[in-house]
Amino acid sequence: MSTRLAEGGRLIDRSQAVKFTFNGKHFKGFAGDTLASALLANDQMMVGRSFKYHRPRGVVAAGAEEPNALVNLGKGGTFEPNQRATTTEVFDGLAATSQNHWPSLEFDVGAINTYLARFLPAGFYYKMFIHPRPFWKYIYEPFIRQSAGLGKAPKDRDADTYEHFHAFVDVLVIGGGIAGLAAAREAGRAGARVMLIEQTADWGGRAVVDGVKLGGKDAGVWVKDTLQELETMPNVDLRRRTMGAGVYDHGYVLAYERLRDHVPEMDGPRHRLWRIRARRTITATGAIERPLSFAGNDVPGVLLASAVRDYLVNFGVSVGDRTVVVTNNDDAYRTALALHSHGLIVPAIVDARPQGGGELAAAAKAAGIRVANGMAVAVVKGGKRVTGVTLCLQAGEGAPLEEIACDCVAMSGGWSPVVHLWSHCGGKLSWDDDQAMFRPDAGRPPTGADGAPMVIAAGTANGHLATAGAVADGWAAGLAAAKAAGHAGKTGTAPKGEDAAAAAPLPVWLMPQGASYAKRSKAWLDFQNDVKVSDVQLAAQEGFESVEHAKRYTTLGMATDQGKLSNINGLATLSNALNVTIPQVGTTTFRPPYTPISMGAIAGVARDALFQPVRKTPIHDWHEANGADFEPVGQWRRPYAFPRKGESVHDAVMREVKNTRTNVGLLDASTLGKLVVTGPDAGRFLDMLYTNMISTLPVGKCRYGLMCNENGFLIDDGVVARIDEQTWLCHTTTGGAERIHGHMEDWLQCEWWDWKVYVANVTEQFAQIGVVGPKARDVLESLGGMDLSKEALPFMQWADGKIGEFDARVYRISFSGELSYEVAVPASQGRAFWDALLKAGEAHGIMPYGTECLHIMRAEKGFIMIGDETDGTVIPQDLNLGWAISKKKDDYLGKRAQERSHMTDPNRWKLVGLETLDGSVIPDGAYAIGDGVNANGQRNTQGRVTSTYFSPTLGKGIAMGLVLNGPDRMGEVIEFTKGKDVTVKARIVDQVFYDKAGEKQNA
Amino acid sequence: MKHYSVFAVAREALRQHTGWDRAWAKAEPKKKYDVIIVGAGGHGLATAYYLGKNHGIRNVAILEKGWLGGGNTGRNTTIIRSNYLQDPSAAIYEKSRSLYETLSQDLNYNIMFSPRGVMMLAQTQHEIRGYQRTAHANGLQGVETAFIGPDKVKELCPIINISGPRYPVLGALWQPRGGTARHDAVAWGYARACSAMGMDIIQQCEVTGIRRDAGKVVGVDTTKGPIDCDKLALVTAGHIGVMANMAGFRLPVESLALQALVSEPIKPVMDVVVMANTVHGYMSQSDKGEMVIGGGTDGFNNYTQRGSFHHIEETVRALVETFPMISRLKMLRQWGGIVDMTGDRSPILSKTPVEGIFVNCGWGTGGFKAIPGSGWAMAELMAKGASPLTEEFSMWRFREGKFIDESVAAGVAH
Repeated sequence: MSTRLAEGGRLIDRSQAVKFTFNGKHFKGFAGDTLASALLANDQMMVGRSFKYHRPRGVVAAGAEEPNALVNLGKGGTFEPNQRATTTEVFDGLAATSQNHWPSLEFDVGAINTYLARFLPAGFYYKMFIHPRPFWKYIYEPFIRQSAGLGKAPKDRDADTYEHFHAFVDVLVIGGGIAGLAAAREAGRAGARVMLIEQTADWGGRAVVDGVKLGGKDAGVWVKDTLQELETMPNVDLRRRTMGAGVYDHGYVLAYERLRDHVPEMDGPRHRLWRIRARRTITATGAIERPLSFAGNDVPGVLLASAVRDYLVNFGVSVGDRTVVVTNNDDAYRTALALHSHGLIVPAIVDARPQGGGELAAAAKAAGIRVANGMAVAVVKGGKRVTGVTLCLQAGEGAPLEEIACDCVAMSGGWSPVVHLWSHCGGKLSWDDDQAMFRPDAGRPPTGADGAPMVIAAGTANGHLATAGAVADGWAAGLAAAKAAGHAGKTGTAPKGEDAAAAAPLPVWLMPQGASYAKRSKAWLDFQNDVKVSDVQLAAQEGFESVEHAKRYTTLGMATDQGKLSNINGLATLSNALNVTIPQVGTTTFRPPYTPISMGAIAGVARDALFQPVRKTPIHDWHEANGADFEPVGQWRRPYAFPRKGESVHDAVMREVKNTRTNVGLLDASTLGKLVVTGPDAGRFLDMLYTNMISTLPVGKCRYGLMCNENGFLIDDGVVARIDEQTWLCHTTTGGAERIHGHMEDWLQCEWWDWKVYVANVTEQFAQIGVVGPKARDVLESLGGMDLSKEALPFMQWADGKIGEFDARVYRISFSGELSYEVAVPASQGRAFWDALLKAGEAHGIMPYGTECLHIMRAEKGFIMIGDETDGTVIPQDLNLGWAISKKKDDYLGKRAQERSHMTDPNRWKLVGLETLDGSVIPDGAYAIGDGVNANGQRNTQGRVTSTYFSPTLGKGIAMGLVLNGPDRMGEVIEFTKGKDVTVKARIVDQVFYDKAGEKQNA
Repeated sequence: MKHYSVFAVAREALRQHTGWDRAWAKAEPKKKYDVIIVGAGGHGLATAYYLGKNHGIRNVAILEKGWLGGGNTGRNTTIIRSNYLQDPSAAIYEKSRSLYETLSQDLNYNIMFSPRGVMMLAQTQHEIRGYQRTAHANGLQGVETAFIGPDKVKELCPIINISGPRYPVLGALWQPRGGTARHDAVAWGYARACSAMGMDIIQQCEVTGIRRDAGKVVGVDTTKGPIDCDKLALVTAGHIGVMANMAGFRLPVESLALQALVSEPIKPVMDVVVMANTVHGYMSQSDKGEMVIGGGTDGFNNYTQRGSFHHIEETVRALVETFPMISRLKMLRQWGGIVDMTGDRSPILSKTPVEGIFVNCGWGTGGFKAIPGSGWAMAELMAKGASPLTEEFSMWRFREGKFIDESVAAGVAH
């Protein structure tokens, strides 16, 4: 059984017991335990079920590479699926449940798949479930979906918060093992700004567990000394529980800090996402041990040899009383020796190498451990946990030679450097035949903006598996990185590591070498996704020869561990099947993140109200306090209408229109874009931007202008006012302000960079209020101040002055067809001015109105609206706006485009007014039906509605639309879609429904 | 070609699956083909398939620089819909969608077309009007869509937050027969069917030059030697500009990185596909249980198949707002593909200035859903010289200003 030993465990604090539950069972662990070590300490060997066959799964690793031990964690707002038990630090009250089984972990109906496995090989679903057709959606697929999926979905809103930090460093060191520590110390000594991050809660990595010697000291002592020195350096930032998640172009690195996953009761954000710009990044990310592919290697109790050692040394946990060690390299002997020194039984070390191992093997033999060279595991006995192994010759086909009873198998297929971060941004790998692994190719590194290498791999991550090489490589990487970042301070000498003399590893990709199909179909490559050696071989047989094809066909490496354990074994299996070398097969692409990171951390603080902060006009609070019904417009929220108590939104809109047409209405128009364009070339610039002539506009006057893009399509409109000789103020639509500002800057900076023009977006500097209606002048005059008479300020002019006590710029422009003043005051005076107008207007029946009233009034008047009459395919000529296109100018943006054949086609759809015969409102978006069908069988159309409203002024539905040859067809009746097989008839009329002569706005 | 069925699988199970053939044959180039297709992605393979199936042209080679289906076909978010606004788009996408309905049976390969329904959220008044317009247009185009209210949205997708403080959901354009399919299987299924018709799929074969004589194509140079042909189709998506350059003409196409990501798998929680264009993001749940998430393109031209993290952040932020429950899920993997964007964001299926050369490109962010329809139309264009489905998608439309602009309705996401 797996249990906690009476002594030992360098990371646990036996004085601090913690209580936790697993599937409702109460367990005890110690502070410093991971959930995996604590479960093993309580003999909880089985922790989950696999994805496809629902096989029993136990812990196999001790770190981020764990594919099996995934649990649901927490409850309610802190529930989270797929948490890796090996990287979850246990805390008091932790509640975990296992995943992917029904009804229980121990008895899972889905486990029937394991008996059907022969019918469910790689890619079986591509060959089945084809007939009958509806069955896929209604029967097969729901079943597959239900049986896949691992953890449960969170139901409640996330109760935690997240944040983002930015850092700018000379040298970022990822990985706090001996190579990373040596690198950080040396870069720090050289004077570089250094950040050292480590994904786990403690420093030193494997060296400390393995008890190697550095500079004559125990690794643990060396790590402590090094840390002490690092902590005194002001230019070095150390962060634990912080994982290097991804490396991106230009030295941009993402790191993921788990601040309080291990102390949930603590306040503050749960995760912090670091966005780091580093001149150089050192990836000292270590290596991951590979499993061996033998039959039954997925039975709970079969672990990586290094994991068995980790649990023993770090947590004082023995996974089994009797552990058989299976290996093809020297490193696993450390596990045997560690177990032996703790008084545990190692019945045999099964070494696939005929010649056996080096000094460590000699030590094992000297300790009295049996070493069986040239041997292999034929099959592992046991279902829900290991009961024994059958041995055979590695060179043979698996004929059983002897059986050994054991409750744990520690396997080691060699080590693979963690090259993920090196590879994310284009670093290439080379195959190391001697050590049977891919390692970073220093000649083909990821390069930064300057073309120089931006990532340096160091230590075991760089292929230096032995202590001496790893620590020296880390030291050298630190020096090189600091130097490349421009720091060459006084540094130390390389630390010296000591290693036992090792024998060469033997690549073993299948155990035994000639394993039968029965064995190969029980030899797992990907434990989570249930991909076996036989599956990859089937893929090769069926022509899925590219490593990407084989991966996708078998799902190898696509599980939550992203193939950290399975990739190299899988592609070695593939290369054997194809009879080509491993480097010829190549690797799949390494993609960020290194291990999964929470969506919450990626989103950061930008949630709810902060998701996209609402822009507010100076009058916004009044709107809120007075029951405005808002709609989002750009980043603003504008009042759609101001319904009164008991009034519907529709009724409110009707009231607002009527009141504005008969008395006076008040509109908060502050959101309209206001761009100041100034400079000696401003007139010339605006002549290019607008279709009209702007440069000739006299100071003091306003002109309605149209702006097109270079394809000729209308993109914005608004009133331009000439402020002084060199200055114009351009109004844009509410949603267009930033876009048009960018458009102007684009042309100024990229094309006309020598023109002397300056553009400023002053939208938020002013509150702009429309005082609209027959009594508008009365209201304004009652406040006193500047002369606003028709004579002093006629239509389409502006003037500066005082209204009451307010500093006002008054534009006499109208988007409603009414007598209208748009008054801009400094933003700080906006609210007071609004209040003053309301008060002054009381006697005249003043009411505020919202955007819908605005829309109806402009439609009644036949004014176009950007986004309604335009949609990116409409040119001004379509809208009968030819009058606003200067014939005198040589050029303007869109002029050439508007001369193309399709644009000058006489059969374009053109703007008209529409009136239904029955007075009803044509639905939004309706199309005018034409005759017959087109070559693709679609009903022909001859137009569409662009704006459609119920007009309270006219008491009936009115609309505008684009209709084929529309202006030539006045009075004709055409049919519009209304619903399924329902149409509505409408007559083509003039688009101006209200005050055609313009007497009101000119009043 | 061995017929795939549950019985075949059972039979093979009894003999350790030793009887399965290669899904597609290994091929070395012949000296000459009637048609060469450059690019063994979905569009290239489908073009070949329908050339053979509909027009009897089977002396065809499909050349692939890397591995088949390895470009955008294997990198997209697998959404299939045809709720397009403009007639030419709706025609080809609906043709495509309807071919997807029976594609598993046609190819004898389960491509897992799952018409689970696609909704595009309306979160502003402007979007409501836009989608209502699309619904009206679709009605006349023979595309089944409807504008639905927020309650129906919530009923179809319970994990959606319809009353978010910033952009409440006001409704959606709903296409019940839209959905998803298994992207790799589409490429593999077509490849297998092409191979069964005797066509040569030649992988690891990069085209290095296009040989012309008197304004007409005569063949290509490749890393496996020169190959002659009568007709040549260039179907290389993000690298189409490179191919056009070899053929001596230019295309109005920019190549941009488009990114996607998946979460770790969870039990089924979302049956429909949701696209939220105001906040920029879309999401569905795969049969494996992963939440499949797509966002926008980077703002700069690029040939590397990876993108910046900033877009991932924007997309995830938008979706955490739309689906608050995903906050505690984890991003498993992000990746990128290179999409070919035209000026009007609509594809080009066209003859070219070189006689005998045809292009199929510009699918931008929306190519996967179009694969069968695109192949069908392209085959017709190549075999007959014209197709009603490709009529409006000529490369010369930009000269005439005859754009097919879908941004009107689709916003960012395709």
